[in-house]
Amino acid sequence: MESQRPDPDVLLAQVQSEEDATKRGTLRIFFGYAAGVGKTYSMLQAARQAVSQGREVVVGYVEPHARPETQALVEGLESLAVREIPYRGVTLREFDVDAALKRRPEILLVDELAHSNAVDCRHEKRWQDVQELLEAGITVWSTLNVQHIESLNDVIGQITGTVVRETIPDHVFDSADELELVDVTPEELLQRLNAGKIYLPEQAQRALEKFFQKRHLTALRELSLRQAARRVHSDVETARQHRAAVVPWATNERLLVCVGPSPTTARVIRTAKRLAAALDAPWLAVSIDLSGAPASSPVKQRVAQHFRLAESLGAETVTLPGQEVARTILDFARDRNVTKILIGKTHVPRWRRLLWGTVVDDIVDRSGPIDVYVIQGEDEVSMERPMGKPSRERGSFAVFVWAAVWVSLATGLDIGLRELRFADSEANTAMLFLAAVTWTAYRHGRGPAIFASVLSVLMFDFFFVPPFYTFAVADVQYLVSFGVMLAIGLVVSTLTSRLRAQVESTRLRERRTAALYDLGKQLSSMSGQTFLVMAAATKVRELVQGEVAVYVRTSATLPEVAFGKDSSITEHSVSLPTAQWVIEHEQIAGAGANTLPNAPALFFPLTGSQQTRGAMAVRAPEPERLLDPDLRRLLEACASQLALALERDQLAIDAANARVQAETEQVRSSLLSGVSHDLKTPLAAIAGASSTLLESDRLDESTRRELLQTVADEAARLNRLLENILQMSKLDAGAATPQMQWHVLEEIVGSALHRTRRDLAEHKVRAELTDDLPLLFVDGLLMEQVFVNLLENAARYTPPETEIVIRAAAAHDRLQIVVSDNGPGLPPGSEGRIFDKFFRAHASADAGRGSGLGLAICRAILKAHGGQIKAANRPTGGAEFTITLPVLKNTPMFR
Amino acid sequence: MTMRGHHILIIEDEQPIRRFLRASLGDAGFRVSEATTAQEGLREAVSSPPDLIILDLGLPDQDGQEVLKQLREWYRSPIIILSARDQEGQKVQALDHGADDYVTKPFGVGELLARVRVALRHTHLVGAESTTVHIGDLEVDLAARLVTIRGKPVHLTPIEYKLLTTMMKHAGKVLTHRFLLREVWGPQDSQENHYVRVFVAGLRRKIEDDSTRPRYLLTEQGVGYRFAAE
Repeated sequence: MESQRPDPDVLLAQVQSEEDATKRGTLRIFFGYAAGVGKTYSMLQAARQAVSQGREVVVGYVEPHARPETQALVEGLESLAVREIPYRGVTLREFDVDAALKRRPEILLVDELAHSNAVDCRHEKRWQDVQELLEAGITVWSTLNVQHIESLNDVIGQITGTVVRETIPDHVFDSADELELVDVTPEELLQRLNAGKIYLPEQAQRALEKFFQKRHLTALRELSLRQAARRVHSDVETARQHRAAVVPWATNERLLVCVGPSPTTARVIRTAKRLAAALDAPWLAVSIDLSGAPASSPVKQRVAQHFRLAESLGAETVTLPGQEVARTILDFARDRNVTKILIGKTHVPRWRRLLWGTVVDDIVDRSGPIDVYVIQGEDEVSMERPMGKPSRERGSFAVFVWAAVWVSLATGLDIGLRELRFADSEANTAMLFLAAVTWTAYRHGRGPAIFASVLSVLMFDFFFVPPFYTFAVADVQYLVSFGVMLAIGLVVSTLTSRLRAQVESTRLRERRTAALYDLGKQLSSMSGQTFLVMAAATKVRELVQGEVAVYVRTSATLPEVAFGKDSSITEHSVSLPTAQWVIEHEQIAGAGANTLPNAPALFFPLTGSQQTRGAMAVRAPEPERLLDPDLRRLLEACASQLALALERDQLAIDAANARVQAETEQVRSSLLSGVSHDLKTPLAAIAGASSTLLESDRLDESTRRELLQTVADEAARLNRLLENILQMSKLDAGAATPQMQWHVLEEIVGSALHRTRRDLAEHKVRAELTDDLPLLFVDGLLMEQVFVNLLENAARYTPPETEIVIRAAAAHDRLQIVVSDNGPGLPPGSEGRIFDKFFRAHASADAGRGSGLGLAICRAILKAHGGQIKAANRPTGGAEFTITLPVLKNTPMFR
Repeated sequence: MTMRGHHILIIEDEQPIRRFLRASLGDAGFRVSEATTAQEGLREAVSSPPDLIILDLGLPDQDGQEVLKQLREWYRSPIIILSARDQEGQKVQALDHGADDYVTKPFGVGELLARVRVALRHTHLVGAESTTVHIGDLEVDLAARLVTIRGKPVHLTPIEYKLLTTMMKHAGKVLTHRFLLREVWGPQDSQENHYVRVFVAGLRRKIEDDSTRPRYLLTEQGVGYRFAAE
């Protein structure tokens, strides 16, 4: 009994597609079975209707077939200009995707979804342009014929005898939001054709001969109706799942298709797609990597090609390492709960099939509950051995020389042993030769090993079988020995070379995993965009042995080159736009991809968890290498590691900024709370005193004076406080740029004393400044403020009659000024904190007279001057403030 | 000499400030008229020229510096500027444009009255002929070029002497660094403010009892110097 609850994955997918629908534009396809059924006509009619309903419709591109009825419908609709691309003397008219993105209409008409673009365009195919428009939120209406659907391509090719090159992947068709079937009967279509409504007369004749035959049309119509019906069915399914239905769930089928280098595989893959679609089942494409052949070998490239086809049809692709094809596939199939396996028929001579069986037979024998479908391939024009072509066979003559050397060594050794009467049995001889064959297989692969086997038999015969030194054989039983020896040699060489290939492939895999691990470790131990990018790019460059460039997203529209500024990639004019496109669309593009294939390198998006951080461009010496899905996956993994590292780095920076921000906020709020209290107190006093004076007439003269004095004093205090706050905020904001001039210290101290003379009337202040002090390069007003604040503090916190002394002494590059008193001193432990804003060392009532900013201002001013201020208690009692200021080398002489 | 009866024009847009200025100046015996905008002030100054103008730099309709320049095209009597503390640059500019003195807001009435008196008296002293000037313990015989403190002669260098007499000539009035440089050193040296500082410091050591608490040569930080009038 199946669970009746909706599968969370299904619901998630549903949410995803609903979300997509809100962001993306919708795609409506006018779908027909042949040219001339009236797709474009219907589309334009619908467009006119939409316009009459007040919707904004723009014609992006309509094929100019010069059909008068169609042309008439285009009239009056807004049309985008087409791009005109000169190509070999002709001017190609292409849809201008950028113009469409700029115009951003509500609905855009783009005819012929399956069209292949001219070389210069951004995408190879028009459907990719349309995808981009949809992503940009533009609703697109387009037209499509059934023969352009990828998975039906070969079936239709068989029906009509015409292979269509322009196809769209099934997922594009499947993801269309609306499908409008445009249908006429084949008879009517043929009438139209004959009436010259579809093609010009001479074209029509050709079309009639080739394509437009009634039986073809009927078959095509059936296919298109079936597609439309399937579509309706799946819409109904979706609707049903929407209602969290209890009724049948999609089948639990899962398909596996075996992918090899054989050309038949393409057909098997398409069949798998159709079956999977019919069963509504997920499907896997699997290949077995038997040999350690390099990615650029033709075999691997064909497998890669097939994988791309399978991916474009919606399969999940997997490469499995393994010795034995059947067992590996079946193990994997059981692991993944596969219910049906599809495999192509392999052409093996009957005798071999009888002797060794075939992979297909193996799979069928051992498949157990799994269904196995064996699919007939197309005409096997260039049937090649599917798998396991050892790598070292190609080319070099040297390996055969080596094989001969090893066999000769074995021969020599054997002759030597016989001479020494050490060993002379034929068994030993055979063993020595087998050793040579095995060694050759291990070192040089299968071909040289077979050669070595044959050579061994000849040597055996020539040297060790009577009559010696001829190839004649006296005893017939030696022929059996030869046969067995040859057979063993062949088997050993096959097994050994296969093992070697496997080991090599495992080693390669291991190297890649290790590289990825290394990269991860490296990235996690560093910070800073420059270093992260450099580490990753260097690693990738090692992996591909080519060139690498990294682009990072900036606040500007164009990305910036972060690595590989002098590489041939960044010098190419197409690279920057490609990088930008990749970053915007989070998709691979460039050389070897479908999008922007004329770029010099393959561009991977650096997709982080929040946004794309940039793009990594890779250029290999042999471009085919980048087609290897394994390498691609590895590079994608590297790119995503880099993206995550960059993201982590950015987050760290953001966090630090946020911390600074928070601290600033905190200072501001403590400033506000401190200020509001300090402002209100004098204001309350002024308001109270003045209202008393206003309202009561019977105050005696001394009380009146006292109140007036209060008003004057509190106003002065308020003024001082406000000035302190203003100055502090200016210093904090960096708005107070010191106006540096050469000053005489004596004068600054003098004017500070003058300003504080009233506060310090009852204190004894001494300035002991000698005549030989250097001039100071300071802002006079700010420096005066430092002394005013220090003196005001002394006046406030020390009792009358306290002695305050100002002394100064110059060292070679510093001037030290000490302001000391013999008062009560600072509360122990507060020496460091008294320079903080709103810190008040004395908790006495009188402490409230200060702003709590005086010393903070002093510190800020000295910091702006490159100096410092410190506070301490003198050993003999009292406080001591030490100011240090730099003395510049070019100080003018005093006199 | 009496200050009474002098006509003072106040150009100030803030009503509370005008109110207490009117009260205190009127109480001190001056005749006071008021203007709340620059335009009104300029009209008033032309229609009945006052003996002294108190000009606020922050007027709503026109920049105070501009008003000052326009006034100085024809008006010769003293002008006192009202400005905020953190506008030292503005003060210097106003003084260089021909203002006689400034008072920093907020200010006490006593301070303002002292400035007004100095400015008015200063204009009266212009052109007064006397060979010996007495201020406190300091005596300068202009004819003999002799400076004495409590009867003891003080030796001054020519520049120090010129600096001292220049400041005494404008006693009570604030003098910018630029003004002193021009007057004492000549027009070519007007950038080196520290010349003035260094020579004032030297002068102080010779004529002041305590050079950190000057009696005669007062510092107006960020603006210049003032020779104590009394």
